[in-house]
Amino acid sequence: MSNTVSDSKIDRRVITVRSSGVDRVFRILISAGALFSLFVLGLIAFFLLYQGFEIFKDFGLKFLTSSVWSAGSDDGSQVASFGVGAMLFGSLVIALIALIVSLPFAIAVSLYLEFYSPRSIRRLLTSILDMVAAIPSVIWGLWGYTILNPMGAGWAKSLNSWLHWIPIFNVPTPIFERSPFIAGLLLAMMILPITTSVTREVYSHAPRDQIDAVYGLGGTRWGAMRTVVLPFGRSGLVGGAMLGLGRALGETVAVYLVLNLFFKVNFQILLSAGGSVASLIATRFGEAGPYELKALIAAGLVLFVVTLIVNSIATLIVNHGKSAR
Amino acid sequence: MSDVTMITNLIPEKRQPWKRPAQTFRQLVVLALVAGVLATIAVRVTGLAGFLGWYIAFVAALLVTVGATAVTTGAKLAFDRLATVLVSVLFSLVALPWISLIYTVISRGAKAVYLGFFTTDMFVNSSDDPLNQGGISHAIVGTLLMVLVASLIAVPLGIVAAIYIVEIKGRFAGMVRFFTQAMSGVPSIVAGLFIYSTVVMTLTHKFNGIAGALSLSILMLPTVARTTEEVLKVVPRELRDASYALGASQFKTTFKIVLPTARSGLITAAVLGVARVAGETAPLLLTSQYFVKFTTDMFNNPMASLPTYVFGNLLTGTDNSYARAWAASMVLISIVVVLSVTARLIGGRNSGKK
Repeated sequence: MSNTVSDSKIDRRVITVRSSGVDRVFRILISAGALFSLFVLGLIAFFLLYQGFEIFKDFGLKFLTSSVWSAGSDDGSQVASFGVGAMLFGSLVIALIALIVSLPFAIAVSLYLEFYSPRSIRRLLTSILDMVAAIPSVIWGLWGYTILNPMGAGWAKSLNSWLHWIPIFNVPTPIFERSPFIAGLLLAMMILPITTSVTREVYSHAPRDQIDAVYGLGGTRWGAMRTVVLPFGRSGLVGGAMLGLGRALGETVAVYLVLNLFFKVNFQILLSAGGSVASLIATRFGEAGPYELKALIAAGLVLFVVTLIVNSIATLIVNHGKSAR
Repeated sequence: MSDVTMITNLIPEKRQPWKRPAQTFRQLVVLALVAGVLATIAVRVTGLAGFLGWYIAFVAALLVTVGATAVTTGAKLAFDRLATVLVSVLFSLVALPWISLIYTVISRGAKAVYLGFFTTDMFVNSSDDPLNQGGISHAIVGTLLMVLVASLIAVPLGIVAAIYIVEIKGRFAGMVRFFTQAMSGVPSIVAGLFIYSTVVMTLTHKFNGIAGALSLSILMLPTVARTTEEVLKVVPRELRDASYALGASQFKTTFKIVLPTARSGLITAAVLGVARVAGETAPLLLTSQYFVKFTTDMFNNPMASLPTYVFGNLLTGTDNSYARAWAASMVLISIVVVLSVTARLIGGRNSGKK
């Protein structure tokens, strides 16, 4: 009896649902709304390209490599020439400084919040971190301009006097205010909450049993961090760092206030001469003529593409880590 | 009677072997004191100056003294202690700029705040006028209106995107999810440039509040979409199944079951979105610019906002304009912090540990 049942193969029932008219309309409307959000992203790229196209046509690749930014003169004796080379390089430099400075702190804060802090104040500290993440960038800029800038110039001075034999810490003239170093420090403070939120999330998922196993074998807390938590959180750390990098690249007002723009590739980070694409747009926007405006829009497109690439990689890494868990 | 005492004597003393012994804490206090003395000597002898100099000397001395305990307890335990000190010290260092920022904003901003500060605009006053004249009413109204319009656009769109990802699970769900995440990294100035090149340059030919609101909505959308997505995922599957089993359509299930269940989470998403954009400056510089007059007209003139007010007064660069910038910062920071705390309180139960 039982044989016959298992032998006669019953086709698996295919469940079909015929959605009602209301549902069909609902699905179409929601899909359209969701795809509209995607569409906006494409629209941003399209319009920036459309408005800045003339610049790409006139300057080609030179727009990316050249460092000259000159609107030209009205009588035509000076030809307009635009290139974001120095600004792009400067953006990368300050973002890298921010990353290098903030990463050890981000790791320490995450470890502290997840493993070292007294349990009773953990929630409070987390809320404070969230609140700091919400501080507007213009206020960071105001604080950076008034408090950090003079302080950082002093630090830069002593850094220079001790380490001037390293090329990047050398300066031709001793002007230390509004340097890439200071901008990088300010950005480091600004991106810390973002990087930390990602790393903390990852560290909180570190396998509890393995940590307990380390303790059980007589290992120390640092032993558990070193052998279990840090290796486990490596991909999350990279993802968080990339998100921070994207944020640092796009930061405008704060950088505008603590960085002196200089249209030449400069790798001496302590000198008061740096670059930032976002800050360039904010600086030149007010007084730009029609042609320069197009150049600024083209610069915006470059910034958009760079940050989109960085953020996409970050998103991929973070999501990959999540699905692996 | 004697039996009872005997039994109680047999019950072993309560121990908590999983707790770290209090001894280590006492040791740490002693070590900190030693380090403090060493640091003070170091500050006297060398050129380190100010609070930061003392702090750095203290940290260095602490690391040395903790490292020195290796003599008594062995390298492994000393290393663990070093790591503990290092992690805690780095955490405390991170908090220094936050404390400094909050302190500076309050101490410098309080000077320029008076009752009329919230009720007058800057139409008849210049930013260098005495601090008992002029105010930020125009900036507050501008920020409120632009953020309101931005929310009216971004909150529904963000929720729709989340419904698409979680409820409909359409063919492009992965793509929508990925790009809304990537979109959260679009630099704010690029959003401003985009609205400038579309709305201001081609449609209105002038700076106005609507353009500002549009640029803010672009920045708000990803935050709302991502938070809503997390919230909708928490709604129990059983509720949806029960609704379908009763013959409800997906439309009804979504709007009558899922969304009401997630209501507090949706409010959190909206408030987080508002907190995200309320302090944005860069896009507004390119779209709504700055205006000195109190106005609710979002179409025909530029519009003030708190961030651009701060920025403008900072660039003016006189003592009084600085004070105004700090005072407006104080107002702005309170608004943003109150918003994020509200979001946290409302969403506290739903979002659980996160």
